[in-house]
Amino acid sequence: MTSASATIESRNQRTGALAILGALAMLGLGYAAVPLYDLFCRVTGFGGTTQVASEADAAKAALSATNRTISIRFDASTAGNVPWIFRPAQTTDTVRIGQRDLATYVARNTSSIPVTGTATFNVEPAQAGKYFHKIQCFCFTEQTLQPGQEVNMPVLYYVDPAILEDDVIGDIEQITLSYTFHRAKESVETGS
Amino acid sequence: MATTAEGFDAHHDDHAHDADHKPGFFARWFMSTNHKDIGTLYLIFAIIAGVIGGAMSGVMRLELAEPGIQYLAGAVEFFGGTADENANLHMWNVFITAHGLIMVFFMVMPAMIGGFGNWFVPLMIGAPDMAFPRMNNVSFWLTVAGFVSLCFSLFVPGTGPNALGAGVGWTVYAPLSTTANSGPAVDFAIFSLHLAGAGSILGATNFITTIFNMRAPGMTLHKMPLFVWSVLVTAFLLLLALPVLAAAITMLLTDRNFGTTFFDPAGGGDPVLYQHLFWFFGHPEVYIMILPGFGMISQIVATFSRKPVFGYLGMAYAMVAIGVVGFIVWAHHMYTVGLDVNTKMYFTAATMVIAVPTGVKIFSWIATMWGGSLEFKSPMVWALGFIFLFTVGGVTGVVLANGGIDDNLHDTYYVVAHFHYVLSMGAVFSLFAGFYYWFPKMSGKMHSEFLSHVHFWLFFIGVNVIFFPQHFLGMNGMPRRIPDYPEAFAYWNSISSIGYMIVLISVAVFFINLIYAFTAGKKVGANPWGEGATTLEWTLSSPPPYHQFETLPVIEDHHDYHDHMPREDKPATA
Repeated sequence: MTSASATIESRNQRTGALAILGALAMLGLGYAAVPLYDLFCRVTGFGGTTQVASEADAAKAALSATNRTISIRFDASTAGNVPWIFRPAQTTDTVRIGQRDLATYVARNTSSIPVTGTATFNVEPAQAGKYFHKIQCFCFTEQTLQPGQEVNMPVLYYVDPAILEDDVIGDIEQITLSYTFHRAKESVETGS
Repeated sequence: MATTAEGFDAHHDDHAHDADHKPGFFARWFMSTNHKDIGTLYLIFAIIAGVIGGAMSGVMRLELAEPGIQYLAGAVEFFGGTADENANLHMWNVFITAHGLIMVFFMVMPAMIGGFGNWFVPLMIGAPDMAFPRMNNVSFWLTVAGFVSLCFSLFVPGTGPNALGAGVGWTVYAPLSTTANSGPAVDFAIFSLHLAGAGSILGATNFITTIFNMRAPGMTLHKMPLFVWSVLVTAFLLLLALPVLAAAITMLLTDRNFGTTFFDPAGGGDPVLYQHLFWFFGHPEVYIMILPGFGMISQIVATFSRKPVFGYLGMAYAMVAIGVVGFIVWAHHMYTVGLDVNTKMYFTAATMVIAVPTGVKIFSWIATMWGGSLEFKSPMVWALGFIFLFTVGGVTGVVLANGGIDDNLHDTYYVVAHFHYVLSMGAVFSLFAGFYYWFPKMSGKMHSEFLSHVHFWLFFIGVNVIFFPQHFLGMNGMPRRIPDYPEAFAYWNSISSIGYMIVLISVAVFFINLIYAFTAGKKVGANPWGEGATTLEWTLSSPPPYHQFETLPVIEDHHDYHDHMPREDKPATA
């Protein structure tokens, strides 16, 4: 009886430990979802996440550039606590698909203190994210504006000709590129 | 049958002195390690929490009875805030939050899993107790502590010094829960979920271990009663889903207090990620709330049809299938966050697939009744009410599963009607069915069948009057989570509030029935339900001895998944 109950007890402890281990693994997976989700969005363009391209990629895309044009609409906004006037220099641009284009945004700090901002971005329709490539963008780094300072912020981008092959959005005529400036987190601000 | 039912008892009578020895009051109820006592504690706790959560829905139905804001100011003052327009509207958010969290985490889950699971899983598999009796006690008191923390959050600032409580919805979406509700109330609400979640994870571990290791000799997995199967599947869902919620709400907590930016775009985070994490937990959670109910309904329908349940293996593996598929359909709660059409297509299809195993269960219950010798005792009428109303909720669920239709119905009262049909009718009907089924076993007293039927009919009519009109309101575009509405919605809202009054009366009948049972209820023997009740709990006295199965019952070759009764010629206890 004693040995039998000892066995059941050790078996129980093993099963219980395995179950707790499973729960801890799921807890870890919950946290692992953060970088995985970020990676997933960047790779698939999920939620309108745009792609980052090198000069070489851009040159390659330019070779297969088509005569089809597409309109790009530019959108800008700021979070409530960013005292900037932030707007695109041009409302729309019409570009050949595959051809690179330079767009400019203008930002001015209307407050009396330096403010560091960081821009989030996406495109609409969201499915166009994986075809919208940026070679250079002010959104890649944080931007600090001195009181009253106004700067031009460039975006160098192209639309991948592969978009024409896409069943869902191959025939769209306009993509909206959108930026929102948020105040950079304080720890970063003191660093800059 | 009646004589054999005493088979195990005869044995226990010999040892009654040992087996029924109970510790003193404080040790028994506050330091309990006995699965039946802990089950009782859970049931009492769930009833108290249910009354509080139900009272909150009463205030909400009162406010919604006519257009305009009439009663929220009084509620603000009640909790110690200062009424102004902002605080009043915040109060509404606090009510929907507290009602949802209380009903999910502190009423349905404790009653289903903690209450009936604790009471009857060991009895049905022929085990003397749970595998980890002390951990069982920890689970219960963690749940209580969680409830206290949630109640405490009602009295501390939410959006401002005058607007008290966490007004974030049971989903606690960021940024509503991070920047918009900056007061400590949300921290207490999150802490409450941590405590209740930890309690449930420990409980799930306990159930898995108990069911895998402590079954009576001969009780193979394929001979286990379906209620035990349902708790096993539920325990796995809890174990795999709750830690993801824990991770998500811990991230919320650090976003709120320690400057992380998991869900804050300013630091590279994404609020939609919170929704993914929440619903990766949240969808299995809705099956956690209903699967034990499925198990109870299977036992009850078989008992009162005097037939083994139709398609036992299909029933068991349908629950497994629901559990597995339940993990890969979460984004149907977030069709409007901007998913692309292919993603929506996948989640629509995967969601609809769940209707298949669910249909297997519904049809198997009907097939069990087919040709059976039906008795409309109180548990059976509640079970029939469950089957009918859960199916209605299931049908509206299939409607909402369509990504295209959901764009229109998302966050309307149609959704409110849908999930109350599957929860406040599905889960709650199965809880009452289980309660009336096992109340004589747990207490040794018989409730009034008449009052139980009155309770049933009032409740059945009441909930339908509350929730059926909400389909109309939703299809006409009335948004959920808003305390005011245009005149056009007044008619069906007033009907809905009348339904609440009917339910209120039916709950009064329930409590009268309880008082009757404990004061004047007839004493019952081992098996008050007759020959249809064939699982092991009916072989024990009512209430069962404090320590049961000191000699384990043996499940022999002639026993199948349905009949675990000892044979007349062969007393089960050697």
